[in-house]
Amino acid sequence: MAAEEKTETNAEAEEATVVRTQDVKKVYIMGEEQIHALKGVDLEVTQGEYLSIMGPSGSGKSTLFNMVGGLDKPTEGKVYIDDVDVAQLDAYELAWLRCRKIGYIFQSYNLIPVMTALENVTLPMVFAGLTSDEARDKGVELLTQVGLGERVMHKPFELSGGQQQRVAVARAFANDPAIILADEPTGNLDLNTGREIIELLRQMNEESGVTVISATHDHKMLSVSDRVVWVRDGRVDRIIDRDELKIEVGTIDGHE
Amino acid sequence: MAQQHELNTQISLPLSKAVEISFNSVKIRFGRSLITVSGIVLAIAFLMSIWAGNAIIDGLMDAGDPKINLILQQKGLEIDPDSAAAIQQRSKDAWLVVLSLLVCLVGIANAMLMSVTERFREIGTMKCMGALDGFIIKLFILESTFMGAAGTVIGVIIGFLLTALLNMSSFGTVIFDHLPMIQILQDGVKAIVIGSFLSLIGGILPAYRAAKMEPVDAMSLEV
Repeated sequence: MAAEEKTETNAEAEEATVVRTQDVKKVYIMGEEQIHALKGVDLEVTQGEYLSIMGPSGSGKSTLFNMVGGLDKPTEGKVYIDDVDVAQLDAYELAWLRCRKIGYIFQSYNLIPVMTALENVTLPMVFAGLTSDEARDKGVELLTQVGLGERVMHKPFELSGGQQQRVAVARAFANDPAIILADEPTGNLDLNTGREIIELLRQMNEESGVTVISATHDHKMLSVSDRVVWVRDGRVDRIIDRDELKIEVGTIDGHE
Repeated sequence: MAQQHELNTQISLPLSKAVEISFNSVKIRFGRSLITVSGIVLAIAFLMSIWAGNAIIDGLMDAGDPKINLILQQKGLEIDPDSAAAIQQRSKDAWLVVLSLLVCLVGIANAMLMSVTERFREIGTMKCMGALDGFIIKLFILESTFMGAAGTVIGVIIGFLLTALLNMSSFGTVIFDHLPMIQILQDGVKAIVIGSFLSLIGGILPAYRAAKMEPVDAMSLEV
């Protein structure tokens, strides 16, 4: 069922917008000071694209990222995920959205330490109502897909950082989401492991047509991105497409 | 596409799965759980020792054996249950019981609060995976109930054994001839019920606090 949906939507991938932000502003109040983390951001993310959000720390990059992922609500403006205004959702709908529509990948992997790799991957499936058997089969399949078929019963502390992040990638794909949100997915990894994770994400993005949005300041990410959004001082500084990217960084990196 | 816009609320955590997750969580953090449990064990053992001690003395008094009565009097225990000294003793015991229960409640609440605090990140992650507030509450309450149940049972046994041992050293094995088993069993069950109830109460507040957190806050907190 999910597969059908995907092939259908792949065909119209060019037009379909998955995430849209409209003049999003975010103000944090720290004591008497007001901090304007975002000062009005308009952004459209199309289905199936691999989008990187870049910017120095304190630029509002993380804030924007959290907005796009439905983890935070804007002070002003609107965020639409799949044409649904996130601010209008109640707790149940928001949970459903996070469970079924969005897969999260974090810098520090955030696996549940007391659970095996398989249990970590199947947890979102349990929430989504799959039976234990279905979840186990799918979990093993996903873990095999990320190259950890031999380690399904390992606990996170028995895995290397790169392997843990692979488990996290498998977990993010657990419920066939429409969007994968990756927050500095390579931030805690060394150069090669980081590159492997990026290539894994890119590969899964191409195979399943899932939209990948990643906040990063890792320049390795640029070579695989369809578009890169630079955030500076709470605003979108510039957006660069794949074609321009190839000229700008592709040759330096030696990839693509 | 129509399917995509249909936002429903079908997120679930079956009880059997919740029991499995929280039981494993207690089991795997065994050392940590042991500290939490030991607080409960101590409080309940104290409670049980007071009750069991009273029951044993009552049993000896009811026996009406002059030899035992002599020892009781040597120990400074009032044989006449209506005497002023005996009434004073009983109210002192009641205070001790109340105090031990308070210590128990605070101990459990504190232990649960800490276990919630050190797991903010985990809770935030679960919420990102689509966990509802109710799931988190369910998991933490189950955890505290498991620890409470285990702790009270151990506490009751330790409390009784220590009291029996102590009284045996003063009165000899004669206490077992006049042991009011039914009274002691009743006290034991009462202590288990109270202990489990207290761990439930102690677990609810931290669980509620954990569940109400926004995922972003939970993740960004460095604990």
